[in-house]
Amino acid sequence: MSKYMVNLKINNIAISVEEGTTILDAAKRLNFRIPTLCNHPDLSVAGNCRVCVVEVKGARLLSASCATPVSEGMEVFTNSEKVRIARKHVVELLLSEHNSDCTKCFKNGHCELQELASEYRIGDHVFLDLVKPKDKIQDISSPSIVKDNSKCIRCQRCVRTCAELQAVSALAVVHKGNHQGISTFLNKPMNDVVCTNCGQCINRCPTGALTERNYIEEVWNAIYDPKKFVVVQTAPATRVALGEDLGVETGTRVTGKMVSALKKMGFNKVLDTDFTADLTIMEEGTELLTRLKKALVDKDESVKLPMMTSCSPGWIKFQEHMFPGLLDNLSTCKSPQQMFGSLAKTYYADKVNIKAENMTVVSIMPCTAKKFECNRPEMRDSGFKDVDYVLTTRELAMMIKQAGIDFDKLEDDHYDSILGESTGAAVIFGATGGVMEAALRTAYELVTGNEVPFTNLNIKPVRGMEGVKEASIKIKNTVPAWNFLEGVELNVAVAHGLSNAKKLMEAVEKGEANYHFIEIMGCPGGCIGGGGQPIPTSPEIRKKRTDAIYAEDMGMNLRKSHENPEVTEVYKDYLGTPLGHKSHELLHTHYKVRKRY
Amino acid sequence: MEVYMTNTENLVHELVEKHGRDRNALMPILQGVVATEKYLSEEVMIMIAKELDLSAADVYGTASFYTFLDTVPRGKNIIRICKTISCHMRNKDEIIGVLEDQLKIKVGETTHDKKFTLLTANCLGWCHKGPVMLVNDEVFPEVTPQKAIEIVEEYMKKTN
Repeated sequence: MSKYMVNLKINNIAISVEEGTTILDAAKRLNFRIPTLCNHPDLSVAGNCRVCVVEVKGARLLSASCATPVSEGMEVFTNSEKVRIARKHVVELLLSEHNSDCTKCFKNGHCELQELASEYRIGDHVFLDLVKPKDKIQDISSPSIVKDNSKCIRCQRCVRTCAELQAVSALAVVHKGNHQGISTFLNKPMNDVVCTNCGQCINRCPTGALTERNYIEEVWNAIYDPKKFVVVQTAPATRVALGEDLGVETGTRVTGKMVSALKKMGFNKVLDTDFTADLTIMEEGTELLTRLKKALVDKDESVKLPMMTSCSPGWIKFQEHMFPGLLDNLSTCKSPQQMFGSLAKTYYADKVNIKAENMTVVSIMPCTAKKFECNRPEMRDSGFKDVDYVLTTRELAMMIKQAGIDFDKLEDDHYDSILGESTGAAVIFGATGGVMEAALRTAYELVTGNEVPFTNLNIKPVRGMEGVKEASIKIKNTVPAWNFLEGVELNVAVAHGLSNAKKLMEAVEKGEANYHFIEIMGCPGGCIGGGGQPIPTSPEIRKKRTDAIYAEDMGMNLRKSHENPEVTEVYKDYLGTPLGHKSHELLHTHYKVRKRY
Repeated sequence: MEVYMTNTENLVHELVEKHGRDRNALMPILQGVVATEKYLSEEVMIMIAKELDLSAADVYGTASFYTFLDTVPRGKNIIRICKTISCHMRNKDEIIGVLEDQLKIKVGETTHDKKFTLLTANCLGWCHKGPVMLVNDEVFPEVTPQKAIEIVEEYMKKTN
């Protein structure tokens, strides 16, 4: 269908845009910024906050520019007197129902409503303050997400995020009129409902109504405690996004600066989750091959295929709630974060001669669900809480600022050893398709002795932003141990964002999916779009972070997990073999059925 | 309790058979449950969510939007007195007063024998004949205190 062009004038400037374009987007092309609150590039149009109103000549009322398509001959004014007065009133009305305790708010300085109030110089309240004291009680039941109804402006970005991107709908609009609010089922605590803790709602909340549960003070206390040996690990996706919160251009790799900052902050050792990402590939790759052997050679019908990845704790909790019948399909591998924690307090503690009880393990994660994950009762295989505190990329940025570190001027530094070495296969865990690609690089080589048949090891079919991706690799020239796989077409699928995961799981449940291995990441774009990453987020921002992840991979000397020398060492020194007794004890876990309702 | 659950389950199944499993079946199903049970319990909302493949929060969101879809237990008969301006000016407070005395409950409460719940409602569309009283689905325009008492007495006799 060919698109018709529509001619209109915005602030007396003529422009021609495709039919169906909103006034908001047309104005953007002319570099007129119209403020928005409920509008978001990842979500459907809502048109309920009204701050984007504009004047359309001849129209009786002002129009919400985000929800009004252009029409032929339209004359729009984005900053007329009428618009300015109305917009200011809208902000004032929103503030009258908003707990404007900005100095004590976690989003202070990062709040879209605060920015607008500042832009429009909102002074003494024209309207009465209507915030009820009972709404000022925050819901802190979840280890990941804090919900504060007194900050909510009912823009419903969170509701649309939870429904459209994640297919969970833990949050819904309830009641109406002045009683309207955003609530869980029967207003139950966040920790008691189907929430996966993915934090995507936090990434899109324009105010402080939804924020991460922060552990900044706890981590500083550990750093200042002379009895504590504080070890920090950093997830793959943090190194391509942290800079955004510290004045660096989006898509810049800041790995070396991040390591440097962490050392200056006083962490005793700065280590890398990428190391355990490589280790995950050894364990998960072996698990996949073992399952294939049991299914194809031993004809063992108890073996569940397709096997599904288990790195993303939001995805895991989703599966526990929504598809409990498929829990045996999940890889038993712990996530890289938790593998790191259990190894840090056993193997590593011995190496550095520190008692595990005196060690604090901190993670820097692009994720809010990781905060929930480290509190799971299954995650204490070292005999202690394997990972003590999880900080989001955003919290780390705040701490770097608090420490008075001029991030941009830092020299690059290197991760400490051991548990600091990694490969390009590990860093791509941060993007959707990355775990699959890393697993294929290793598994294919293990089985055939040859590298995967893709230029520069880049398995392009599993990359990119398509919701569900599929690929098939024919296994040829196998080594004797794996010759039962000769000629087998290995079918894999990759999905990111839980609504895509849901589609894939429904197909698996119905027996319509002929895959051997599925990678799922809970967040759009994978961890680079995680719920703990810098705000804002959009398809363009996620694309830039993804490009940076693959550039980081290409820049690594080693690009296959099984070539990581520290991984070889940990097997030789401590673990024995992948899926061995020790691995089973420390690196694998089990899942629990949770109620969907 | 078990008998009650079975009845409710049957009711939900019947309503789903009748209205289907699309999202637009949600409203008639909710209305159907309220017609029989007077309110939507937590268990019922979960049953409906399961049947329609919706989240429980979604079902609660829809139910809570409508005043006539209650989510807290109600008596067998629900009395609603219009509280908006026309009825207010024609002494709806007096009607509420005598009913509170008669039933020994306040507005928003349910009698101990679970026979009556007394509520107020927004405009019922009878401004020309206020004050108006609604008992379940039956409208009583131009009620006087004496008439209101008699109406409730009639319902008392009808309800066992």
